[in-house]
Amino acid sequence: MNYWRVPLDAEVIPLTRGQVHVVEDRCKGCGYCIAYCPKKVLAPSEHYNKKGYHPPLVAKPADCVNCHYCESICPEFAIFSVEIPCSPDADRKDAA
Amino acid sequence: MPPVVLTGEHYMTGDEAIAEGAIAAGCRFFGGYPITPATEVAERMAHRLPGVGGVFIQMEDEIAAMASIIGASCAGVKAMTSTSGPGFSLMMENLGLAAITETPCVVVNVQRAGPSTGLPTQGAQGDMMQARWGSHGDYSLIALAPSTAQEAFHETIRAFNLAEKYRVPVLVMTDEVVGHMSERVVIPEASKLNVIERVKARGRKDRYRPFEPGENGVPPMAAAGEGYCVHVTGLTHDERGYPVMTAECQESMQTRLFAKIERNLDDIALTRGFFLDDAEIVLVSYGVSVRTCRAAMEEARALGYKVGLLQLLTVWPFPEEAVRALAGRVKAFITVEINLGQISLEVERLAAGLAPCFLAGHCGGTLISPDAVVEAVKRALKPGGKQ
Amino acid sequence: MAQTAKKQDQTTGGFEHHPLDDLLRTDRIPHIWCPGCGIGPTFSATLRGILASGVDLGSTVMVSGIGCSGRAAGYVKLDSYHTTHGRAIPFATGMKLANPKLNVVVFSGDGDLFAIGGNHFIHAARRNMDLTVICVNNLNYGMTGGQAAATTPHMAKTTTTPKGNPERPFNLPLLAFAAGATFVARWTVLHGRDLMESVQAAMTRRGFSFIEVLAPCPINYGRRNKELPLVTLRNYQVNTIIKNEASPAELAASGSGPIVLGRFVDENRESFLSQYDKTYRPQLAPAGKE
Repeated sequence: MNYWRVPLDAEVIPLTRGQVHVVEDRCKGCGYCIAYCPKKVLAPSEHYNKKGYHPPLVAKPADCVNCHYCESICPEFAIFSVEIPCSPDADRKDAA
Repeated sequence: MPPVVLTGEHYMTGDEAIAEGAIAAGCRFFGGYPITPATEVAERMAHRLPGVGGVFIQMEDEIAAMASIIGASCAGVKAMTSTSGPGFSLMMENLGLAAITETPCVVVNVQRAGPSTGLPTQGAQGDMMQARWGSHGDYSLIALAPSTAQEAFHETIRAFNLAEKYRVPVLVMTDEVVGHMSERVVIPEASKLNVIERVKARGRKDRYRPFEPGENGVPPMAAAGEGYCVHVTGLTHDERGYPVMTAECQESMQTRLFAKIERNLDDIALTRGFFLDDAEIVLVSYGVSVRTCRAAMEEARALGYKVGLLQLLTVWPFPEEAVRALAGRVKAFITVEINLGQISLEVERLAAGLAPCFLAGHCGGTLISPDAVVEAVKRALKPGGKQ
Repeated sequence: MAQTAKKQDQTTGGFEHHPLDDLLRTDRIPHIWCPGCGIGPTFSATLRGILASGVDLGSTVMVSGIGCSGRAAGYVKLDSYHTTHGRAIPFATGMKLANPKLNVVVFSGDGDLFAIGGNHFIHAARRNMDLTVICVNNLNYGMTGGQAAATTPHMAKTTTTPKGNPERPFNLPLLAFAAGATFVARWTVLHGRDLMESVQAAMTRRGFSFIEVLAPCPINYGRRNKELPLVTLRNYQVNTIIKNEASPAELAASGSGPIVLGRFVDENRESFLSQYDKTYRPQLAPAGKE
């Protein structure tokens, strides 16, 4: 993780991991989630949903830190993330 | 705690009798705005409501007053507002909201002469067509017209009962004279009053459809906070309450909204007849003008004219049958009302050419004199009398 | 085609239950709002705030007026009332007074609440009526195609100000404060968490709470003012500053300086109902409250 200013407890506090879910047919393709994902997890997809929009593609699923920002900015209730429980070892590796 | 029903004999104004009728009928919310000659209704409610557990609020205008009573009624409480011409005009948009959302409520219009500010302290009956057609679009509602303070008491209770029973806004169309006149009002014991409550939603909450008609075409009503998760909109809606922007949905919704009133005319359209059995000339009147007619009728009968009176206690929906039934056998109808011809148009429509129709009216500011009505009787009986 | 299907499966994991679906009438989603409309994120933060506040959802009501934002009442799975243009606040007032147990949220737009409904807004604030009012401010009348509103910035282009708006807009937090609102906050759609927290705070306090939310209207406002939706959001990001308890007089949302966001007012004053009960219905007033 690239920090602008590294928190003092960055070594100790494990980063959360999330899994992004897209309800594709609700998406209207505004691109807000793609533009504002702090970890650049999302990218525009090539395919269309049933309304003819390009829903976001979860391009780097492993990078999601479950911050819910995509969920917050999405005007369509079309994207959300859920926390992935992971082993403490994996957390420490991520945080490093 | 002060009594809810002021059982006993009183000397009170029509406006006060309306307030007492409302409280006796179970009204517990009043949103109002001062206006002559209806202010006394609000003042009485401000004084009386908190004592019986209700709320009075003086809103910022009549638009807000009307909106507030619809909100209160949707929260499950019987609600009323009162006003006069200018305020009545401001209430029109939300009156349509009450009609389309089928929200029971009572609006009192103590009429004064208009248009615009007109004669604020002097009576008229010039808002009768506005009462029927004032809000935009097609809709149906109920309007009652008391002619005495005593009737004001009872008709206000009836207004609440009809509003609750049919989920419809009900207007009490009185006037400055009845509103401001003090006279004897006898209030019966609470147990002698017939008070009707709306049919409430029952049964499984997930299956409830807020606009699915029940008995009489009237949907049982769920109030906010009762767990039915209703959606109520002023848009054309289906039985779920969801907006549907189609001509078909508009038709099915409107057909039912009209039918629930039209199919129950026997229950709603109340009239009272005086000397109709042998009448050759029938006076048709409502509100304060009924008093004029009763004096004129006596005067005319003393002169040998066979005059009867049809008093419209319900003005809208128009008691069509009552007029139609007389049309074939009377020599003429004379509509007596303080305007330049409003309800007279309805009488003419229903007389359907079977009897000539006359108007004894003027443009407001004073009562119609009994003499003017007697003159109208003479004119009507003259061969080739001018209509 | 098979690839697409596989992709869909991957992204949703076959799991399409959005965390807010329980509060949505999902049979009415997708909603009518345009792509990139700021009402959606505002609505979503509002629902999250309501959930976070822990209020009883069965006695929580949403009342809306008319316009794009007014449609919110039709999507929320609560008792919800979509009223007439500008009249959501007096409707909500009647509802709250008739049943004080209800938590009443008014969710509507700037045109509805501040032009046609402006009078009701200031009087409800003056009375400290126990309501939470959330205003989606998208600077114009979106539903009717982008006309000037009481919030349209000076010289901005709309269909009714084709050469620029000659009028000055309201400073909404100042207006709310001056009228007597006891809780006033302003956020943008980018500030979803702050907004959610303000809604949460508003839901759990008594009195008149007002939250303004700056929200993009890409189709009707942005398009005419050469502002792509991501540019509007960028503006919310770089041209705003959070100053809690800032003086409402310094909060004009347009002009040269940055737009000030934050929680500006949060004071205790007796609500209308508690004053009314004390004065008129002592038999009902619970002892020692407020």
